[in-house]
Amino acid sequence: MSALVIAEHDNKSLKRATLHAVTAAKALGGEVDLLVAGAGAQGVAAQAAKVAGVRKVLHADDPAYGHGLAENMAPLAVGLAGGYTHLLATATTFGKNLMPRIAALLDVAQISEISQIISPDTFVRPTYAGNAMATVQSLDAKRVITVRATAFEPAAADGGNATIEAASGAGDKGLSRFVKAELANTGRPELTSARIIVSGGRGMQSGENFKLIEAIADRLGAGVGASRAAVDAGFVPNDYQVGQTGKVVAPDLYVAVGISGAIQHLAGMKDSKVIVAINKDAEAPIFQVADYGLVADLFKALPELAAELDKQGLSKNKPSS
Amino acid sequence: MKVLVAVKRTIDANVKVRVKADGTGVETANVKMAMNPFCEIAIEEAVRLREANIASEVIAVSAGPQAVQETLRSALAIGADRAIHVVTDVALQPLAIAKLLRAIAAKEQPKLIILGKQAIDDDNNQTGQMLAALLDWPQATFASKLKIEGDDAEVTREVDGGLETIAIKLPAIVTTDLRLNEPRYASLPNIMKAKKKTIDTLKPEDLGVDVTPRLNVLKVEEPARRKGGVKVADVAELVSKLRSEAKVIG
Repeated sequence: MSALVIAEHDNKSLKRATLHAVTAAKALGGEVDLLVAGAGAQGVAAQAAKVAGVRKVLHADDPAYGHGLAENMAPLAVGLAGGYTHLLATATTFGKNLMPRIAALLDVAQISEISQIISPDTFVRPTYAGNAMATVQSLDAKRVITVRATAFEPAAADGGNATIEAASGAGDKGLSRFVKAELANTGRPELTSARIIVSGGRGMQSGENFKLIEAIADRLGAGVGASRAAVDAGFVPNDYQVGQTGKVVAPDLYVAVGISGAIQHLAGMKDSKVIVAINKDAEAPIFQVADYGLVADLFKALPELAAELDKQGLSKNKPSS
Repeated sequence: MKVLVAVKRTIDANVKVRVKADGTGVETANVKMAMNPFCEIAIEEAVRLREANIASEVIAVSAGPQAVQETLRSALAIGADRAIHVVTDVALQPLAIAKLLRAIAAKEQPKLIILGKQAIDDDNNQTGQMLAALLDWPQATFASKLKIEGDDAEVTREVDGGLETIAIKLPAIVTTDLRLNEPRYASLPNIMKAKKKTIDTLKPEDLGVDVTPRLNVLKVEEPARRKGGVKVADVAELVSKLRSEAKVIG
């Protein structure tokens, strides 16, 4: 038994998300190899070789793999799949886009977003926005899997000493071409890896008011999230969205501000270690999952919270505003 | 050009699902069903392409028992021209659906197939990508903007951390994300008109597709429930609890 994990990266550094899939792959019980396919991604291959528990890094270098296009990546992975019983990636938009294409080319099912491994062929995965947990058994000889990051701890990024082997595939299929990326660069931690997240909902009333959320987040070194309602209302961009149709997060501390707690939002954050809810509606469903609830007007509570953090010396960096 | 749109009948997005006591699945008896929201967006996008004279015909496809014809009627009411129903009582999984759609694509020769990025029941997010693989077509998943000029399409995709734009050659697969469009409500005249539109029926055998499941569902359970905690009186108490009790700040 052996597993191949498809690494996600930007040709410069290995995405932390990949480390979660490595942990899941190790839990299957066999050897774990990593595929780094990119353009000039030697540095990523070197990082991948240091990940604890990895046997071998397969490094494919071709401009066709530079942007992770599924049309080019899938045949490469399929060509390498012969020696493996399991192919895995983390269920990011990268993994979700690529892995089903690989599965179909192999004529096997994909098992999406597993949250638990029962045995090498049996897995638990959330369905119905996390409201029903299904235990499924794969009847295929090869298993293609995406892994819910929040359900598996990241593997240690250091301590490994894998060999790096060159790999190659067909290169550019000529079906698709990368045009541009517009990625937010806020200087704050990414939601999927943030230790603390402060999220705002419809109760924020405007995008301008998210400054109040940011003031808390920056004091705590936290990421900023939002409910689908806040995103749909145009307060913040879509990549802020926490929930079943957005990002699934599980930080140490999740602060939900002006969020009522729709099922779709809860599905994205209910695995957080500690949940705080600040809402003026004492009946809001968010309080049913919150460890600490504060019934208050957020426009009063957030400035007070900022002041209290400063007073107690808990602010990492005090914004000037 | 013809546009094919796959639609799925699911439990209505506003219904709170209940897991069956015997662990075999979720309760669907006497539960309101509807078109999967992402599929509604897919139909809407296709109809808009026809209204912009880019598409010539919009064909809605669904697979499943007799009841999926209700969902096809909804697609026809939004504006699809005709529909195809693959009739089967087998619980279909994404790979089987992708194979059925490939066979239908071979007959209909669409230039574009639009699907929802995922269905809100199984949350698989697979069928579009699998269909693209089987047809050896490009795939633009999680689309929030679609621009078609001749045989070229430029698609903006919602990815972690922001947006990505890719250029693809038609024929192609597009899967919809939430912000691609806001589906219209079907008007009463259009609902009446939809009743007269054609729904062709086929069986998986007619298409030469084996739909045997590849995954056995062993059991379905409720998730571990999170217990509610305490209410705090003010911000000072909150900070003190987070610091000394929960130990998550400081």
